[in-house]
Amino acid sequence: MPREQHDYDDIPGTFVFDAERSREGYGINMFCMSLMKDENRKAFKANEAEYLKKFKLTPEQTEAVLKRDYNRMLELGGNIYFTAKLGATDGHSFQHLAAVMTGSTQPDYADMMLKGGRSVEGNRSRSGKNTPAKFLAAGAASKKAAAKRKAPAAKPKAKAKPKSKTAKRK
Amino acid sequence: MAKIIAGVGSSHVPAIGAALDNGKTEEPYWKRVFSGFEKSQAWMRDTKPDVAIIVYNDHASAFSVDLIPTFALGCAAEFPPADEGWGPRPVPVVKGHPALASHIAQSVILDEFDLTICNKMEVDHGMTVPMNLLFGKVDKDAHWPCPVIPLAVNVVMYPPPTGHRCYMLGRAIKKAVESYPDDLRVVIFGTGGLSHQISGPRAGLINSKWDKNFLDNLSKDPQRLVKIPHIDYMREAGAEGIEMVMWLIMRGALDDKVDEVYRFYTVPASNTAVGHIILENRKRSAARKPATKHKRAAARAKVQRIRS
Repeated sequence: MPREQHDYDDIPGTFVFDAERSREGYGINMFCMSLMKDENRKAFKANEAEYLKKFKLTPEQTEAVLKRDYNRMLELGGNIYFTAKLGATDGHSFQHLAAVMTGSTQPDYADMMLKGGRSVEGNRSRSGKNTPAKFLAAGAASKKAAAKRKAPAAKPKAKAKPKSKTAKRK
Repeated sequence: MAKIIAGVGSSHVPAIGAALDNGKTEEPYWKRVFSGFEKSQAWMRDTKPDVAIIVYNDHASAFSVDLIPTFALGCAAEFPPADEGWGPRPVPVVKGHPALASHIAQSVILDEFDLTICNKMEVDHGMTVPMNLLFGKVDKDAHWPCPVIPLAVNVVMYPPPTGHRCYMLGRAIKKAVESYPDDLRVVIFGTGGLSHQISGPRAGLINSKWDKNFLDNLSKDPQRLVKIPHIDYMREAGAEGIEMVMWLIMRGALDDKVDEVYRFYTVPASNTAVGHIILENRKRSAARKPATKHKRAAARAKVQRIRS
């Protein structure tokens, strides 16, 4: 059965961990949870494919884990707080994982964060819904109606950072 | 009667805890973050609450995907720090307040909030990092300055409770606390956020404009925040930024009108925008009896006369 479509599927570069993914990804996440224990980390490292058999993953999920394809793991029901434990088992910092998921290098990713992070401009929607949310458009001003009319004027502020392309692609 | 005297909003970035535990607080990167909490720690020392209620979320520590409770209240006598894969954080065991916690549970369930009760629970950085930021570094063998009631909210699996639901739970908690017979002064924490996304190709997203608006409205017009749909949080503030709904439980537990006594905001700590706010309920005497205003003015005038 194909995945049910939701409003949040329109957000680029994002796999929302919803109830459906939670069900599908149960095996991946419980596998990652098992890595909290040192003896399990050792057993996994000794024979990864064999260790994974205990968790009834689909062939696609197994492949994603073995290849350390973190985005694919998220797509197939993994959750970032769980998959981060796999990263830690490999001895990687969280920022390393973030860089891998964004198709960037760790120094470049760290630099982007120091400069204020990835801009939301150009990164809101796959289908061009790039108007800021109502809550932002109205700002903190009391004259809501007037502010709403002004909202589109905020658009030219958008600075499409080159890095945002990575997110758009997905 | 117990009462909630103030609310604290604070991020709970794990890297902040790691920086503290590994003695990195003086490094310029981390000093920028920690220095923003110096005044808050002084405020907390002066305020000396009897109990803190801390709204936070678990990060695959106490709860895996076996059980995903939407709201889970810690009623135990103590909550050990969880081993998050690197050994438990070197912080004291968190002492609970089982009597007030079970009173709250009973009251809010009858007010139609179907809480999960946790009589045994470990707590992770989601709770202990904000505690360090507000109470300062506390030696593992020492004691936290006050007992804590943890309220864990599911913000890991979509959908988390709506902002409105969170705000109304805050209201119910306020009512519950105010019906507790002992004179306890309670501070409530909302933790998590602010804008951040740590998953997928869009990881690294920060939206400072959103964060500022959120903090402004939290002080002055929280009714605008309770209407924000989940899709807006995720689009604008990042897939994980949705955890900001937890701040609305804190806000709901305060009076309608509050005084913002402190705010701090910086980008980044690791992958996240750090936000912090302290909101105080106005003193009851001033709010209820306008007459005291005149008395105060008279007192001030008297002081001025003496000075002159």
